[in-house]
Amino acid sequence: MTVYQLFILPFVEYGFLRRALIACVALGLGSGPVGVLLMLRRMSLVGDAMSHAVLPGAAIGFLIAGGLSLPAMGLGGLVAGLSVALLSGLVSRSTPLREDASFASFYLTSLALGVLIVSLRGSNIDLLHVLFGTILAIDAKALYFIGAITSITVITLAVIYRPLVVECFDPGFLRAVAGQGSLYHFLFLFLVVLNLVAGFQALGTLMAVGLMMLPATVAQLWARSLPGMMLTAAATAAVSGYIGLIVSYHLGFASGPTIILTASVIYGCSLLIGPSAAMRRLLPRPHLTG
Amino acid sequence: MSPSSIHLQDVTIAFDRHPAVHHLSGSFVPGSLTAIVGPNGAGKSTLLRALMNDLPLASGRIDRGHVMPTDIGYLPQAADIDRRFPITVGDVVLLGSWRQAGAFRAVSEGSVSEARRALSSVGLTGFEQRLIGTLSAGQFQRVLFARLLLQNAKLILLDEPFTAIDARTTHDLLQVVRRWHQDGRTVIAVLHDVEQVRAHFPQTLLLAREPVAWGPTATTMTSDYLMRARLMAERWDETAAICDVPDQSAA
Repeated sequence: MTVYQLFILPFVEYGFLRRALIACVALGLGSGPVGVLLMLRRMSLVGDAMSHAVLPGAAIGFLIAGGLSLPAMGLGGLVAGLSVALLSGLVSRSTPLREDASFASFYLTSLALGVLIVSLRGSNIDLLHVLFGTILAIDAKALYFIGAITSITVITLAVIYRPLVVECFDPGFLRAVAGQGSLYHFLFLFLVVLNLVAGFQALGTLMAVGLMMLPATVAQLWARSLPGMMLTAAATAAVSGYIGLIVSYHLGFASGPTIILTASVIYGCSLLIGPSAAMRRLLPRPHLTG
Repeated sequence: MSPSSIHLQDVTIAFDRHPAVHHLSGSFVPGSLTAIVGPNGAGKSTLLRALMNDLPLASGRIDRGHVMPTDIGYLPQAADIDRRFPITVGDVVLLGSWRQAGAFRAVSEGSVSEARRALSSVGLTGFEQRLIGTLSAGQFQRVLFARLLLQNAKLILLDEPFTAIDARTTHDLLQVVRRWHQDGRTVIAVLHDVEQVRAHFPQTLLLAREPVAWGPTATTMTSDYLMRARLMAERWDETAAICDVPDQSAA
């Protein structure tokens, strides 16, 4: 088997693989930078909670549309995710509960509700599709949907970059000079939900967050500056998508999990050989004079 | 625009109804350099936050005169700053030009060179590209002072700026404070070092929840007053009755 047959031919031959690849690249462009910011705000697990919170909305969309319909489920997921984000924010601002605690309670409620709704109507196969996604079934319409979300994400991030970074790094300062930090916080949570909704057709509600957080952790091991981290994360997500699709095609694995596992392998290698990684501790280099 | 004092009229700030600052009246004259001294829990940081308009008053009022919220530069005690955030020293200092650049406008060349000068004047020449994670605590405090320099604030509030900072850094940063004073800015600093206050701060407010003394440092920092401040009860009185001193600011 030639290199061409191994790495390129599948994408030449099959449209669904091409669409899946483009979806991965687009998802990475949006989710990568969002994941980096999420991690720097020490909210890695909030991403996870949000991905569960999206489920009941998607399920209601699924019921109303009477099947797997991306617009209906996407809209439902968006509404559900945003409600959980807003409610958790409200609870943590008006009670002694911290934001992670209120997120945990809301997303568990949300997840249970979602599974219940899906099981009321659909078969187990449908539930599996919602939970784990069907990246090889992405059609042109779904691709536009993902592309639109990626564009909105990148443009919004570019516009609110400065206040968002200040809000992450020194919230007190932003409050003092600009008055309102929570506006940017909610805009950012909106982007998180939006990207999870984009990811769930491809990877399912449970694993959409994988393409957000794994590339972000990889980026933190390699890059020093924030823009560097964002670029690394987006590139890692795209590469994971490509390798994951190739591997799943040749070995007949399920695509979604293979993509996430590829990202995990990259994470593992980065842990060993990255510039701030374990290997560097084991092989100490002589210190400098000053 | 004529400079006007910051008047405090019978200010009480309470947490859970227990007063942290109790019936404080007085004024900070424009261009004054005041130290706020007092034991822990005396309401010093609380007072600064109230001056920032960051806390509601239980009674009384604060008249800031012509000082707008954006005219205030504030250095919190233990800023909730993420010191591992991947941001460069230069970018942190440039945040001081927020009033010009805001959230969305471009940062001007002038601000960039001003930031470079501010860094030089706190002794960090050439640190622009360093990440803040690589700085020591003292160096980071210098960066925050550089950011304050750039903010060009009329009213500067410093909450224990020299705690856990070595003598040389303290000396350098006190020079910055002196320069602000010479520029005619109003500076209010919470401090613990009595000798430092006597040497560098013309005005002192001695606070022990209630104001103990407020005026020229020589007349307020007497051993008599200091002893009285030290005797402040640290604990809240859970059975305290409602304070019924009439609210004089309403008159």
